[in-house]
Amino acid sequence: MNFITEHLLFLILFTPALAAVIMLFLPNGENRLFRWFAFGVSFIPLALSLVVWFDFRAAQPGFQFQESYTWYEAIGSSLHLGVDGLSLSMVLLTTLLTPLALLASFGINEKVKAYMMLFLFLETGMLGVFMALDLLIFFVFWEVGLVPMYFLINQWGSANRNYASLKFMIYTMGGSLGLLLAVQLLGVLFGTFDLVTLYERWNALGASDTLLGMSAGTVKTIAFWAFVIAFAVKVPLWPFHTWLPDAHTEAPTAGSMILAGVLLKLGAYGFLRLILPLYPVEAKYFAGALAFLATAAIVFGAFASYAQTDFKRLVAYSSVNHMGFVVLGIAAAAFAAGTTDATLALNGAILQMFNHGLSAAGMFFLVGVIYERTHTRNLEEFGGLFPLVPVYGGILIFTSMASLGLPGLNGFISEFLVVRGSYPILTAYTAISMLGLLFTGAYILKGIKKVLHGPMNEHWAHGEHKLTEISTREILVMAPLMVLILWIGIYPAWILDVINKAVVMLF
Amino acid sequence: MTTTTLIWLIPLPPVLAFFLIVLFTNRSKWLSHTIAVGAALLSWLGSMIVFVRALGVEHLGEEPFESSINWLPTGDTWFRVGVLVDPLTAAVLFFVAWTVLMIFLYSVGYHNFGQPEGDHDHKGLSPHGATVDEHGHKHVVPSVEPMYSRFFAFIGLFAFGMYTLVVSDNLLTLFVGWEIMGLCSYLLIGFWYAKPSARDAAIKAFMTTRVGDVFMLLGIAYLYYATGTLSFRQIFTEQVLHTLATVPSGFLGFSAAGLIGLLLFIGTIGKSAQFPLHVWLPDAMEGPTPVSAMIHAATMVSAGVYAVIRMFPLISLDEKTMAIVAFIGAFTAIFAATIAVAQNDIKRVLAYSTISQLGFMIAALGMHAYIAAVFHLITHAFFKALLFLGSGSVIHGMEHGVLHTGNHHVDPQDMFNMGGLRKKMPITFWTFLIGGFALSGFPLVTAGFWSKDEIFADAFANGYIVIFITLALAAFLTAFYTMRQITLTFLGEPRTDEAEHAQETPWTMTTPLVILAVFAIGYGWVGIPEDFMGLHLQPNWFHEFVGGTLAEHPETIAFNWIPLLTSLVVALGGLYLGWLTYRNVNSAAEDRLQIPLLKNKYYFDEAYDFLFVKPATWFAEIFVYQWMDKGLIDGILHIFGPATQGLGSVIRNYFDVPVINRFFGDGSADVTYGVGARLRAIQTGRIQQYLMFALVIFIVIGAALYFFLRA
Amino acid sequence: MNFPVLSIITFTPIVAAIIMLLLPAQRKNETRAVALAAAIFALILSFWVYFNYDRVAGGYQFVETYNWLPALGIALKFGVDGMSTPLVLLTGVVMFTGVLISWGDDDKHVMAGIQDRPREFFAFLFILASGVFGVFVSLDLFMLFFFYEIAVFPMYLLIAIWGWVVTREYAAMKLTLYLFMGSVVSLVGVIVMYWVAGQNTGVYTFDMLQMENAGFSQTFQNVWFLPVFLGFAVLGGIWPFHNWSPDGHVAAPTAVSMFHAGVLMKLGAFAALRVGIMLLPEGAKYWSWLIMLFAGVAVVYGAYIAFVQKDLKYMIGFSSVSHMGLVMLGFSTLNRAGLTGAGVQMFSHGVMTALFFAITGMIYDRSHTRQIPELGGMSKLMPFAAIGFIIGGLVSMGMPGFSGFVAEFPIFMGVWGAQWLVAVIASISIIITAAYIMRNIRQVFFGDVPEKLEGHVGDVTVLDKVAITTLCLFMIAIGLFPAFMVPMVQTGVENILRLLGGA
Repeated sequence: MNFITEHLLFLILFTPALAAVIMLFLPNGENRLFRWFAFGVSFIPLALSLVVWFDFRAAQPGFQFQESYTWYEAIGSSLHLGVDGLSLSMVLLTTLLTPLALLASFGINEKVKAYMMLFLFLETGMLGVFMALDLLIFFVFWEVGLVPMYFLINQWGSANRNYASLKFMIYTMGGSLGLLLAVQLLGVLFGTFDLVTLYERWNALGASDTLLGMSAGTVKTIAFWAFVIAFAVKVPLWPFHTWLPDAHTEAPTAGSMILAGVLLKLGAYGFLRLILPLYPVEAKYFAGALAFLATAAIVFGAFASYAQTDFKRLVAYSSVNHMGFVVLGIAAAAFAAGTTDATLALNGAILQMFNHGLSAAGMFFLVGVIYERTHTRNLEEFGGLFPLVPVYGGILIFTSMASLGLPGLNGFISEFLVVRGSYPILTAYTAISMLGLLFTGAYILKGIKKVLHGPMNEHWAHGEHKLTEISTREILVMAPLMVLILWIGIYPAWILDVINKAVVMLF
Repeated sequence: MTTTTLIWLIPLPPVLAFFLIVLFTNRSKWLSHTIAVGAALLSWLGSMIVFVRALGVEHLGEEPFESSINWLPTGDTWFRVGVLVDPLTAAVLFFVAWTVLMIFLYSVGYHNFGQPEGDHDHKGLSPHGATVDEHGHKHVVPSVEPMYSRFFAFIGLFAFGMYTLVVSDNLLTLFVGWEIMGLCSYLLIGFWYAKPSARDAAIKAFMTTRVGDVFMLLGIAYLYYATGTLSFRQIFTEQVLHTLATVPSGFLGFSAAGLIGLLLFIGTIGKSAQFPLHVWLPDAMEGPTPVSAMIHAATMVSAGVYAVIRMFPLISLDEKTMAIVAFIGAFTAIFAATIAVAQNDIKRVLAYSTISQLGFMIAALGMHAYIAAVFHLITHAFFKALLFLGSGSVIHGMEHGVLHTGNHHVDPQDMFNMGGLRKKMPITFWTFLIGGFALSGFPLVTAGFWSKDEIFADAFANGYIVIFITLALAAFLTAFYTMRQITLTFLGEPRTDEAEHAQETPWTMTTPLVILAVFAIGYGWVGIPEDFMGLHLQPNWFHEFVGGTLAEHPETIAFNWIPLLTSLVVALGGLYLGWLTYRNVNSAAEDRLQIPLLKNKYYFDEAYDFLFVKPATWFAEIFVYQWMDKGLIDGILHIFGPATQGLGSVIRNYFDVPVINRFFGDGSADVTYGVGARLRAIQTGRIQQYLMFALVIFIVIGAALYFFLRA
Repeated sequence: MNFPVLSIITFTPIVAAIIMLLLPAQRKNETRAVALAAAIFALILSFWVYFNYDRVAGGYQFVETYNWLPALGIALKFGVDGMSTPLVLLTGVVMFTGVLISWGDDDKHVMAGIQDRPREFFAFLFILASGVFGVFVSLDLFMLFFFYEIAVFPMYLLIAIWGWVVTREYAAMKLTLYLFMGSVVSLVGVIVMYWVAGQNTGVYTFDMLQMENAGFSQTFQNVWFLPVFLGFAVLGGIWPFHNWSPDGHVAAPTAVSMFHAGVLMKLGAFAALRVGIMLLPEGAKYWSWLIMLFAGVAVVYGAYIAFVQKDLKYMIGFSSVSHMGLVMLGFSTLNRAGLTGAGVQMFSHGVMTALFFAITGMIYDRSHTRQIPELGGMSKLMPFAAIGFIIGGLVSMGMPGFSGFVAEFPIFMGVWGAQWLVAVIASISIIITAAYIMRNIRQVFFGDVPEKLEGHVGDVTVLDKVAITTLCLFMIAIGLFPAFMVPMVQTGVENILRLLGGA
């Protein structure tokens, strides 16, 4: 017991991986066993992270539940874990979405063992990024997460999966190349990767000092962009977003859930955890550029989404649009760090990360539900399904509205905070991004119209095509998401308070 | 129970009803509507208690009922949300509670509760009637709405939205209610989603209002930033308002207050279907009639005006903004009235008249006629709800006729298919007449007269002559098309068999009509000017009461004959002319006012489609997706693969093999290849020779050593 | 004088080879048994050495000295330091797995391993192994050179006799020429060093520990560093003298490729380090830019060419060029991080590329093609091999969590310390490697099995699985726990840095 309480984060982080290794030795072919084992195991991190959540002292500054284990002494890197309000909410999101994604994957029938193992490894990879207090560890998990996702897409994806998975992998790795180099540079400069130390010492470098024969200012600027690009690809920020629609569309349902729910957050988290603290000056200086990209993502994302005829692609592009708000908030905060506006913007951005995690995961799952039954995602072949699947329809409308940012549901709170925070700082961009907000409505309604509304669809009404109503298992996947969506929408303080305190203390 | 607790509770019953119905009782029609109506009743009760208590309070304006809680943590402070009941809220709450309750009740009958299931109805379409076998011979009767429970769930949510909006003490929760209503109007307009027209109307409504909403959201953000709060009471204080009025916004010379006001007002333009965002409202008639009544009379559109009234102290700070408001209002009033004249669909006429009447209110606000606006808002809510429900009743009766004749090509909403219904549907007729007269401002008896008259009086007294004349014309048209409607619908003789067989509607529908009729007349009396025509009646209660909301009490304007006469003339003249023109018109063909320009609503839909919808779609599908994403960005990405491939091959084939390999490798190889050829003999696997081979090396080494060591 | 573990390790293979040659040719299984026994024995001993090496003390341990040719100051002097211990272990591992996967089977259905004259094959392989061990443990320059040649010359025969019919003669000849030229060049250098050292100190000896303090003049070092270093580095596949290696790989039979890429190339690198850098540190400093240039080019160049290869073995061969380039890059930084990384990379690459060739061999034996486009769906037929190859791939693309990352990261850090631009350029190779590895894994192991491969392609044998597992374990262990190897390498690095004047 004592052991558990002292190594909470470590356990949260590695139980999934350990479980995956154990699965390796389970007898082959026992698909039910694999499913239930993985599903069951995934509750351990959830339970533990809930423990952390409730033991967490929001008011207390700095990182909590810190643990440190020697890893790579030779270059001064150690497995240093810890959480603050910012990372904790993300950890919770991850441990929450994984069981749901696994439950959603019960439909998978081929290579179940490998599938479940990869999923558990993926969870470890994602959690590691959120918990890492060591730059190298951060990078390690950052990259490690790619591999399971690559194989999930490549092995269980749909028609165009090879292209999509390779694009996803190479694009992200290519993006992180600069990050890798910058990380090495920092390591060389300070002989340690410990974030807290780096914050101080890296910022202590004045622009006048010289590094590598250049002024520290120049080096920092270059390093800044190296970081930004790595994270921008992941977020994804316009124009680095084109891997996303492909990856999302081809990935298996649960893959898309996690991809949209958590993986995209890694990028945004990178901005918050690394870029803002490490590059306050550069971030302020380039805030305009970031805001521009963010706004572009918001607007073009919305338009592109509206242009889709593939339901899943439509949802995929909506992620671009929503994550744009996260970065917009971050840009605003970077520009006016310390002000109330910045705090509000960051609160919004972080809450938006969480909210998008819920709604996007839900949306992708719902797309998957109907895809599983009809084996098509083409909006033109749907329409008039509402009479056939009323419950599904209701759930779909609910989730869509969350994604549309309807007041009373979670999306609105975060988007409002972002807009409120950014307005005084980046007035023009905020105003333009309203266009994106408008078209969010357009594509969401288009989705509902093309799927549910219209004269009853005879093709799916009878015979072997008969569309069956959403099953209990599938409802169980959605239920927690919907409850949270509503809960945050009505009373956001329970989570926003934690985030808010963290933001106030951090920035 | 303390009043504030009560206020907190008012919005809850409908939303609980919504969840109960959606999650549990949707199978049982009876349970569902009982829950919904019950919930409406509870909210009504709560509202009435609050209203009465509010009346009891001296200077309610200075110390209203209010209470709030922490909601959003914002840095070191909290954003608080809460409820507020001041005179304005109380007055609005009163009419909202009544109309909502009436509409809930009415819906029971309208959706044919208790009637058999339709023969071939299915979800998403309005019921088509059921064949029943009564002693021997079959005949068709109206069938119950297949999505009966769902309807009550939706209007429950809708009511929740409206109550939230009314009682909230800050702009954010007001916006929440505002948007929830937007969602519900979307859901309800598209209630019969299987009808493509309904489906598109729903989207049109949502998107058009959303255009306003995003601006409103900006306004809210700006206001929040400028004042650090969104709570009405905190904003409407001396110094806050003063700073807002003085700080420039840096946008076309507006003051901060002006710009915020403008942005908020754009929201209202969308919500209250003012020009140029009016296009959604007529199409919204696709929804079931109670919905039209809810959305277009009692609640949602009123909400738009309510928001402006709420923010009046702020908006009125900047004359530029006020001018815009006044202009939009007046223009909409006349513009919509002209269209209404040429419509034949009984509900569309009302829709346009709604737009026009809202224009009156907006215009009034633009002229600082605060009280008049509120007054007209309330009276209009009553009589317009009455009219919509009445028209619904008419349509219902007509549908009955249609079912009887079985000729489904007859449009039960086209007034030219009606006529002479006064005999068939007396209650509907009389109530509709009252509503119609109230709308036209029939002197003295109707509520509409008093409210409209006050607007005229204000406009005249404050010297807005242009607006005064515009509104007068609009009022004249109003009376005219109202009478046209009444004439075509009720007077004369039935023009079709369907009208012949129309039938009065059940009590659940007529009772609301009667009750609303009472208000359509009686509510006017609360606002009779003190020294009307010199005879000193009871003090102008309404003016006193609502006026208390504002910081400085608006003074009553002195009585003047000109506006009074004007309203008399336009009302009576319009009514008379309408009757005169249409008493023996028997078909659309004979109607001389069927001008294409008016019939087609000045071609706004077509224009918008051409100007906004098509370009946006092109931008999305072609420019952004095809050209930018697929073409440009992916195009660039796809270069990398071949580029690497190409570079790799080049290195290998043009450098590695020919240069390096040749030079360091095969080149030297050629020289010694002879050796190699001879060495081939070795490859027989005999060990000794291999050792010989090794020996060579050692000899070399040894020789070298010897050479060096000798020295 | 405790028990002479190093010499035992070194001579075990050659003894085994002799025993095998004494066995009658047709007793194939006995031959294999002997080979396996010897391999296991050597492996155990090298493990013993590895774990008994005192990391705290560092320096040269398990030192043994036997006079051999006192007149010339040649002694059989063995000893290992932090740099060579991992390599001894590596050799043990590769030898063990090499035997396993070339076990062969006289049943014609499974065309795996070595069928043709296993006796001679193993004999030569083990002679080679002895040479390799010898080089790693020799502290005497002459002995080092001697073993170096012993290690090199069987290659010719192994390739020429058991190699891939199409190119074996050409490849064998090419390889031999390269290596002999290289060794002759460095030999001259070595002898000159011996002579000059003798003149400087008055003591003529090949003992490297003494030659370290021979006080070679700056000019002497500047002149002789390049020949010595490059001469050895040719075997390390340094650009532009790399071309023998891919051709050699392709032609060589599986086990030989494993030895060749896994160990021999390290031999070159190691010798270059030991003789070139450690004995001529000033020269190393003087020329490091050139080495860095060559290495930097090799890294990117190799990756690019590997990207376009259609033949699996060529692909691996050129990726080896790229990875060995990283080793050289690490050397050229002459700083702690870089050298440490290079040390680990030698081990990591050895294991990884051995695994690659092993699996390629398994595929080739069964499908008789190495053409990537002709392959597909192998994961269905040999899942175990697929997993192994994927892990190898992840290592080779430097994926964190595997030994490749642990090795490459410090190398890059070292380069940042020396010349950041090279780091930036070299990093391109990471992404290219990722690209072709991922692409080829997909092509070879996933998708559908081409019908011409249907039926006659079976799963890998148990021995193969053991080999794969062993190799994978090392890569993962080091990846997850760098402490397994890095601190030991560091002790070696400290020594080098001392010679470099604590750079």
